[in-house]
Amino acid sequence: MDVATHRFRENAAAALADEPLQQALAKALRQAESVAAAAAAERADWEDLRARARAMKEEVIDHLDWYLDQFAAQVEARGGTVHWARTAAEARAIVIGLATARGVRLVVKGKSMASEEIDLNPALEAAGIRPVEGDLGEYIVQLAGQPPSHLTTPAIHLARGQIADLFHRVLGVERNEDPDYLCQVARQTLRGLFREAGMGFTGANFAVAETGTIVLHENEGNIRLAATLPRLHVALLGIEKIVPSLTDLAVVMRLLPRASTGQRLTAYTSWITGPRRPDEDDGPDELHVVLLDNGRTRLLADPVARDALRCIRCGACLNACPVFRMLGGHAYGWILPGPIGSVLTPALLGTDRAADLPFASTLCGACRDACPVRIDIPALLLHLRHLIAELPPAPAADAPGGTPPVPLAPLRGALERFAVAFASRILRSPWLFNLSGRMARAFLWPISRAGWVRWIPPPFNAWTRCRDFPLPARQSFRRWWKENAGAGEASGPDFTE
Amino acid sequence: MPRIALFTTCLVDQFFPGVGRAALKLLRRAGCRVEFPPNQTCCGQPFFNMGHREAARPLARRTIEVLRPYDAAVLPSGSCAAMIRVHYPELFRHEPRWQAAALEVGRKTFELSEYLVNVLGRPDAAGRSEGTVTVHDSCHLLRELRIQAEPRTLLRAAGRRIAEMEDAAVCCGFGGAFAVKMGPISGRMLSSKLDRIEAAGAPVVCAGDVSCLMHIGGGLSRRGSAVRAVHVAEIAAEGL
Repeated sequence: MDVATHRFRENAAAALADEPLQQALAKALRQAESVAAAAAAERADWEDLRARARAMKEEVIDHLDWYLDQFAAQVEARGGTVHWARTAAEARAIVIGLATARGVRLVVKGKSMASEEIDLNPALEAAGIRPVEGDLGEYIVQLAGQPPSHLTTPAIHLARGQIADLFHRVLGVERNEDPDYLCQVARQTLRGLFREAGMGFTGANFAVAETGTIVLHENEGNIRLAATLPRLHVALLGIEKIVPSLTDLAVVMRLLPRASTGQRLTAYTSWITGPRRPDEDDGPDELHVVLLDNGRTRLLADPVARDALRCIRCGACLNACPVFRMLGGHAYGWILPGPIGSVLTPALLGTDRAADLPFASTLCGACRDACPVRIDIPALLLHLRHLIAELPPAPAADAPGGTPPVPLAPLRGALERFAVAFASRILRSPWLFNLSGRMARAFLWPISRAGWVRWIPPPFNAWTRCRDFPLPARQSFRRWWKENAGAGEASGPDFTE
Repeated sequence: MPRIALFTTCLVDQFFPGVGRAALKLLRRAGCRVEFPPNQTCCGQPFFNMGHREAARPLARRTIEVLRPYDAAVLPSGSCAAMIRVHYPELFRHEPRWQAAALEVGRKTFELSEYLVNVLGRPDAAGRSEGTVTVHDSCHLLRELRIQAEPRTLLRAAGRRIAEMEDAAVCCGFGGAFAVKMGPISGRMLSSKLDRIEAAGAPVVCAGDVSCLMHIGGGLSRRGSAVRAVHVAEIAAEGL
């Protein structure tokens, strides 16, 4: 997909004006948040689980090289093949190489954000291979020619009527908004394709180092079909997906479905350890695991931002975020939206390409409370803001995703730095501070009414576009204190009992 | 008798001095010796939140020095109290001496309702008044300091009935510079908050932060709404 992270403001304005989108989001995301909260409340040990998951991911991130080696050795010991991809381009080349070497013409895919991250589908098509998304949500957005708008519910931005229109237009079926009907249409179309496909492609939710097992959570069965029916299974996963042991897996398996969809467990959970063995009936002949870096080791090198590598892509922070609820995922411009996306996107693509994203938050903290692995997302946003505001822009040389962006207005940055330095200077002097308050009042008083100002001339009018601005008080508190309650009367008898 | 520094915050000082006077009344009635250290200005939060840590540090140092001599510092603001308690140590991550000083001051820094209810155990210091209010949970008060019940305890002690609004804990869309940098998003969040406030049916919406209140109040004024946005301290100090 085109990376549009540098057009966040325009995209956000378009999302706010998109009435069907607003309606689709309003209901779905609030509901997603409340079912997740209810599922978490069901477990008395929820906070303990979060703490254990956090500590476990910390251990993995601190010793990632060791665990990756262990995982790779285990996969190979069980007959799988491991590939290492430094960049999105390398990962695409590996997957396409595997397919073309075996004459694969059709790939069925289980839902995978890593696949979206490396923009796999267009590359497959260019190589003459047809990719078909097996997950209903992904299938819908693929038909619509759109990227997913959410980490776990890719078509959440579409209303049922829009999906009925889409199926009618693209698949030529009768237009019917009944969800069961729409599911049946997708199922009928997809089942045949699963049987024909030469390659099944999936991502992974977790990768267990001690056993070489990849773990896949889903609700529709498409991932299990993609991983078992075709003769070749290729799994692409980011290097942060590692958990050390099956015991650790038991912790995150309790957290992910509850945080994500409010389920105790997803309808299907597949543990895949190697390809089909001689004594087994089912499974592919070959299993290839592609481990993807694509900027993650650069993130690892940042002692603060590396905390984001704990993310298990549950989407809970998206559902909880009041900004995401207003915009949906497409406005963020790349495949990782919402609070965690506003951290990961600039970290992976370079802060110069996504300099607005860390500012697309009120720092309200709802994401931090929702995160099942306790990532302090607001602290990471603050860290990135600091990098963007005070350090030179950091382009990521190997960043994925198309052409270089339009640089973010350098004038805006310079103006902001000047204004900040000026304001900070004034605030360092109580006298200047009080004086500036007096001046602001003198200026605003003539255009105020009942203590509020309806319009401030540009360039200060951004506030008064949506709300009135308060008129500074006739007498500041410090002035009042000096006149009425001065130091000598600090504990004056008037209010004490 | 504890010697308290009242850190009014820059917005209360210049825009809403009545909140400072209300805080003063409440603290004195609860038996505190209250001073207003005249060298205080701003805690530096706006700059820190914008990423301009260099601009925030001199203000943070000034604030630490101003508050250090007192037994406690009390602020009628959750976000400024959280700035001092939660974020100063991060701001001085590479300056151990200032970080230690920040931690020392942070340990004795409290938001007003927290101090009155949890530290002093004196919600009865509130005055008496009548009527119904609805409460907006300011984000940093709620999710950085974990204070949700305390403002309500004060309001009830003052004789007020609370008509809770739906989504009281959802952000009003202020977010400091967010309100102007991301104006259209902020405006939409505000509008949804105002709908909830008006649906609660109370003539007054209370919060523990004047920054949220100037955002909400500015929105209510723009709408021509009859609902007023008032700080918890001002309601609690009514009748004193």
